[in-house]
Amino acid sequence: MEFLSYLISGISLGSVYAIIALGYTMVYGIAKMLNFAHGDVIMIGGYISFCAMSYLNLPGPLALLLAMVVCTALGVIIEGLAYRPLREATSLAVLITAIGVSYFLQNSALLIWGATPKVYSPIIEGTQTVGGLSVSNISLLTMAACIVIMVVLTLFTSKTKMGKAMRACSEDKGAAQLMGINVNRTISITFAIGSALAAVAGVLMCSAYPTLMPTTGSMPGIKAFTAAVFGGIGSIPGAFLGGILLGIIEALAKAYISTQLSNSIVFAVLIIVLLVRPAGLLGKYVPEKV
Amino acid sequence: MLKVNDINVYYGSIHAIKGVSFEVHQGEVVTLIGANGAGKSTILQTVSGLLRSKTGSIEFLGENLGGVAPHKVVAKGLAHVPEGRRVFLQMTVEENLEMGAFTRPNSEIDSGIADVYKRFPRLEERRKQIAGTLSGGEQQMLAMGRALMSKPQLLMLDEPSMGLAPLLVEQIFDIIRELHKAGTTILLVEQNAQMALSVADRGYVLETGKIVTTGTGAELLNDDAVKKAYLGA
Repeated sequence: MEFLSYLISGISLGSVYAIIALGYTMVYGIAKMLNFAHGDVIMIGGYISFCAMSYLNLPGPLALLLAMVVCTALGVIIEGLAYRPLREATSLAVLITAIGVSYFLQNSALLIWGATPKVYSPIIEGTQTVGGLSVSNISLLTMAACIVIMVVLTLFTSKTKMGKAMRACSEDKGAAQLMGINVNRTISITFAIGSALAAVAGVLMCSAYPTLMPTTGSMPGIKAFTAAVFGGIGSIPGAFLGGILLGIIEALAKAYISTQLSNSIVFAVLIIVLLVRPAGLLGKYVPEKV
Repeated sequence: MLKVNDINVYYGSIHAIKGVSFEVHQGEVVTLIGANGAGKSTILQTVSGLLRSKTGSIEFLGENLGGVAPHKVVAKGLAHVPEGRRVFLQMTVEENLEMGAFTRPNSEIDSGIADVYKRFPRLEERRKQIAGTLSGGEQQMLAMGRALMSKPQLLMLDEPSMGLAPLLVEQIFDIIRELHKAGTTILLVEQNAQMALSVADRGYVLETGKIVTTGTGAELLNDDAVKKAYLGA
């Protein structure tokens, strides 16, 4: 029973990682860049929803919606102002810019909301008890949201014209342009989707772990990036699987091995997986014929 | 239909295309031949907007293409099958064709795909297959089919025979002949001068970024200088 409850808390934590990782992996897949500011968009999402609930007295769902709208706009603006001018630049320049954007967001939050942690009130409260096992409603909501998001994104990229255009851009931007696909617009839409997901992750994460600081997003951001690589970066089911597994490993390591070492164990597992499967668990490898 | 007038294209400080002008008329097959590095692909990339010319103009159906983004050029009726085919290897054959029709209304996609399958029955057999698993010849057919999905007024083919076995080269050129007969206007870039000139109404010979000779396909096939340089005679 104890094990089961650790497992569930792991899946719930992993669901948050998975939602963040889905955003990471989509942006990487299409723009071929690591958006290290992604974690900080989560933090902004957390603050926006916090303000909406505490100062504007909006109900939880509305606060979530507001956070999604603000983060979507933020993601599109970041992409347009910071990354688009660097489309032809080396990947190192883009990477450094992303780190810069990350610090910019953290320090802006510090300026606006201060360094004192805010105590976040969950968007839903309460727990469900089934046969002696109690699971918080927010855990259930997180897991459900993660599955819904994964399914919707999978359908979007495999069935819709825009989704297929995204995959085309991810493979070959030049050829995609020759098809009449507006690559800049496609990348903007990807950032919009990724940032909206970051807002969802921010709200869910702060509801489960209610301390909100300007650096709240950075560790989950790095973990989610790890999850995306673990599952195979660029792959949507990979990000999902990677996130869930990472959450489970972290939760079990905390419970049975050591709280202090849990992060080291998580990253050690990543290294082992990458040694055995360099493309990640579900990383794509398509043999190329000439 | 297409009027290229005095274009100059640079890669950094390298002057790749030096004052090239040529024309393609409705219903013609025009070929640009020349050695590796002569600038053939660069010209096509400039016409489709992937590269920019510093001078001159590119006029298509009476409209100036200067400064038009590549994704908008397609919608104007100009399809470009790039060198190396560049099909989307991780997408299925059918998805590749759908991408070709990106600028067309959704209602046209099914009939467009049916037309392509009629022309390339091999693609229909492999419609659910990932393009990366196709042979080189099949990928070339897919790249051409994908371009035809945009219902182009002008089809630009960049080295369609590259890397293909002789039998497949024949097949690809047969398809070009068929497309020509059906009234498609084609601008063909080839290293295989013999084949290219045999299907072309007119040809231009390109040497280090300049057009050195021009004439009908038959004239160029019999031109001594061309024979010596490109036909191995």
